Amino acid sequence: MSKKWSLRKWPALRQIAERDPAGLGESAMSERTRALKPRTADADRVVDSVCPYCGVGCGQKVYVKDGKIMDIEGDYDSPISLGALCPKGSASSQLVAGTHRVKKVLYRRPYGTKWEELPLQKAMEMVADRVKKTRDETWEEQNKNGHLLRRTLGIAHLGGATLDNEENYLIKKLFCSLGMVQVENQARI
Amino acid sequence: MAECHPVGFRWVMEAKRRGATIIHIDPRFTRTSAVADIHVPIRAGSDIAFLGALVNYIISNDLWFKDYVVNYTNAAALISKDFQDTEDLDGLFSGWDVEKGQYDPASWQYEGVEVSPAAGHREMFSGEPRAERGAIIAAEKHDYTLTDPKCVFQILKRHFSRYTAEVVEDACGISKALFEKVARALCDNSGRERTSAICYAVGWTQHTVGVQYIRTAAIIQLLLGNIGRPGGGIMALRGHASIQGSTDIPTLYNMLPGYLPMPKASYDTDLQKYIEFNESASGWWSEFPKYMVSLLKAWYGPAATAENQWCYDYLPHITGDHSHMVTVAAMADGFVQGYFVMGENPAVGSMNTALQRKGLRQLKWLVVNDFAPTETAEFWRKAPEIASGEIKTTDIATEVFFFPCAAHTEKEGTFTNTQRLLQWRHKAVEPPGDCRSDLHFIWHLGRRLKELYRDSTDSKDRAIRDLTWDYGSKGAIEEPEAEQVLAEINGYDSSEQKYISGYKELKSDGTTICGCWIYCGCYKDGVNQPARRKPASEQNWVAPEWGWAWPDNRRLLYNRASADLEGKPWSERKKYIWWDEEQKKWTGYDTPDFIVNRPPDYRPSPDAKGIDTLSGIDPFIMQAEGKGWLYDPSGLLDGPLPTHYEPEESVLKNPLYGQQCNPARMEWVRRDNPYHKAWGDSRYPFIATTYRLTEHHTAGGMSRWLPWLCELQPEMFIEVSPELAELRGLKNGGWATISTMRGEIEARVLVTERMQPYVQNGTTLHTVGIPYHWSYVGRSRGNAANELTAFIADPNVSIEESKAFSVQVIAGRKRSDRRAAAGGPLNESDSGGPERDHPPVQEKPGGKHGLKAGKTELTEEA
Ligand code: SF4
Repeated sequence: MSKKWSLRKWPALRQIAERDPAGLGESAMSERTRALKPRTADADRVVDSVCPYCGVGCGQKVYVKDGKIMDIEGDYDSPISLGALCPKGSASSQLVAGTHRVKKVLYRRPYGTKWEELPLQKAMEMVADRVKKTRDETWEEQNKNGHLLRRTLGIAHLGGATLDNEENYLIKKLFCSLGMVQVENQARI
Repeated sequence: MAECHPVGFRWVMEAKRRGATIIHIDPRFTRTSAVADIHVPIRAGSDIAFLGALVNYIISNDLWFKDYVVNYTNAAALISKDFQDTEDLDGLFSGWDVEKGQYDPASWQYEGVEVSPAAGHREMFSGEPRAERGAIIAAEKHDYTLTDPKCVFQILKRHFSRYTAEVVEDACGISKALFEKVARALCDNSGRERTSAICYAVGWTQHTVGVQYIRTAAIIQLLLGNIGRPGGGIMALRGHASIQGSTDIPTLYNMLPGYLPMPKASYDTDLQKYIEFNESASGWWSEFPKYMVSLLKAWYGPAATAENQWCYDYLPHITGDHSHMVTVAAMADGFVQGYFVMGENPAVGSMNTALQRKGLRQLKWLVVNDFAPTETAEFWRKAPEIASGEIKTTDIATEVFFFPCAAHTEKEGTFTNTQRLLQWRHKAVEPPGDCRSDLHFIWHLGRRLKELYRDSTDSKDRAIRDLTWDYGSKGAIEEPEAEQVLAEINGYDSSEQKYISGYKELKSDGTTICGCWIYCGCYKDGVNQPARRKPASEQNWVAPEWGWAWPDNRRLLYNRASADLEGKPWSERKKYIWWDEEQKKWTGYDTPDFIVNRPPDYRPSPDAKGIDTLSGIDPFIMQAEGKGWLYDPSGLLDGPLPTHYEPEESVLKNPLYGQQCNPARMEWVRRDNPYHKAWGDSRYPFIATTYRLTEHHTAGGMSRWLPWLCELQPEMFIEVSPELAELRGLKNGGWATISTMRGEIEARVLVTERMQPYVQNGTTLHTVGIPYHWSYVGRSRGNAANELTAFIADPNVSIEESKAFSVQVIAGRKRSDRRAAAGGPLNESDSGGPERDHPPVQEKPGGKHGLKAGKTELTEEA
């Protein structure tokens, strides 16, 4: 590398040569910074999503590499958020990939003092059995005036409001058809 | 809004940059106040006094939008001569039925005709449906000069005449000068050329008069001509990603998808009766049968036929109120065996959390679906009453199942945001381990139950056997196809084998299938409309090609009101939807919310029926007569006009009426839910209000486990003014004990001038601000605010009152972990006190599980 060339790399000279008196433009770039790229540039896929926290509905871009989420960023195309995310939305990559997540079904038996793990299929079977038993035992066909009730007050439900519409639809459809009327949601709270 | 909807607030800031005046009304000075032009520190629980004074200001200064009010609202309608106002009855309306303990709305009706309320309110109708409901709307009588003392406008004027700036000083602690500054700013910014918007969140809804808070805002916006116009409206800021969706496709006891009411046992005894009682003879709700039959076809498929009333009998029937707190009180009394809690944490987020846990202890089985075991899942080993030894884990029989859930990136589906906008999320990765979506859980549970009931011949099991449940699934985990569910919600035409493109195509003959009529069109042409993502930069400012809004991809409801009587925009500046005379249709930047080819000069013939009754100047098409309701002749249980009542537990006597509280409110009179004195309770002298912080999310299930968010807001605290700190010896950073008769908690103290005392009638009133995110599990823990609150609710929607109640605060850490729901009420002596109700209201009959609420009694037959 010639002497002349290295002198030209001296920042003050570059700021003058490149008409960048504040030193905030191109002249601030080193070879290393020039080679830097965002972590997300290596993503295999970018998936369109929506923030799961509040009702604003900010757009999210989910960056995936090797089947894992690398990062979640705001979506600049969204007319709602134009790329922005608030502290909660920005933390959603930790929500999905954090160590807090439990990955097994847990079970506490009556009067038990600890959690036990259960296989998913077994747990589903146990819940279905309990629904059937409680429903059959607490069924009300009609009231004393002979009006149809066709329901059970023995089982209730309370859902969060970060559930999808499709989920709520199947919850209402199934539970209603089982005769459950005490089906409620955070939407009332 | 800056705190809890930060990115939505960027648009408020954008408006400010363009010259808008931002007014923030809140007991606390927050990040919103910091950038607002005017901050109004209002006493928590007094908003109707403030808003009512705005109504009075607008009317008495003649600042209302004449053409709009006369033609687009029910200002000119004449009301029954039997109607008596709160002015006549010291805070009660006519029609209080002593025996039933609730209002009979007969005297509130229009002269000559009875109308049913619009969408979202139909299910609130109390009492026996009336035969004359749905009568021909043409029979309604009017006085378009608005001078008849029986017309809505004059009644409104009289009702609000006592809501003066002086009353605002006394009731809200706001100076006359500040009130007038707000009133002027609002009125100056309304009219043909300008519009103002009102945004609110649960600070307005969580009161015993919550619905009437919003009604007052609606009256203001109608008087000023701010509804159905760009930059106007009332925006409900929803706190959760799909809280709007959870109401549209309700997992709520009183509704079926699309705001269709659940059948009531005593009245809706068959489909014919159900339709008769719920459809309207005029306006858009005359289409009601089409929506109901299409829903039944979606659920029961080929089994639903005209002969069997489309399987109407398969639906369970309600008898009164089965809302969340009603259910939990019944649970605590041992009447509920099984409970599904999916993505919700009532042991932190609901009222009187010790009573919630008492309910959980009585269950046989509990299922919790969440990211990690929440307080609701851990109630049997980590709750305060377990820590204190009052309750023993080994005495609790409840079986608990915890199912780990999939994250939003591990499943696909739609959220409906606060603007009614559906947005589809694509799946990014597979869920780890045994984590599954709630869609997976419910679909597989349904499949198992269908299998368990497959061979049953019992008639009670027909609904589950005939239930259509054939959604495809994919992948090793057999995840159901969410898009197929969305397609069913949209609906299809069984005869033509095609997707329906809008609710106008629905039929009542069983040939159309539609899971939620207001979402009809979201899968138009077989295209997943909510998945549309045309960049904001490539379309107009309404952005109609981003996602899909219900109904019919309409971004602004009732937008016919953005044009004048002749269909021309009120002003060039506020142009939105207009009548195109050449093309003979409504057009504009958005989907017109009107019959698209109905000219502005159309007037219905006297014998018109259904939607033909809507004239060319009836923008509010969901109302029976097409007008915006300044006065609500039906549909609300606590009066046709908003009235200021004090919270259940107040520091003040009602400055406006002898009736202290909302007479129709729901109370739970039980030892595990004690109330303080109506006002002036020296044991609990301070106002408390609860709220959220930017860095956490409601009951914490999605935030208190994340290190990033816990680092930003690591610990439970309360906010108090320097004056209260001095009065109580509280130190910034030190400990305080906060108590009610329900429970006692401790928190760190933040002494800040952002909280200010009010001086009202010479008395100094202090407020304690309490964030409610924390509780006993998670990475960041603290005492839960809702250990303090009580079961007490608005009668219309059964929402709790947590935004204003009374508390005691003392310096230092708590001495006990006492809870009324475990060891009995705290501070039981001296509980008598001033009455909340006038004598006839005091007679309100008590119901089951301590519930005192007339409407429950009325429909309850057991
Ligand atoms: S990023 Fe923040 S403002 Fe946007 S939706 Fe999420 S929680 Fe709401």
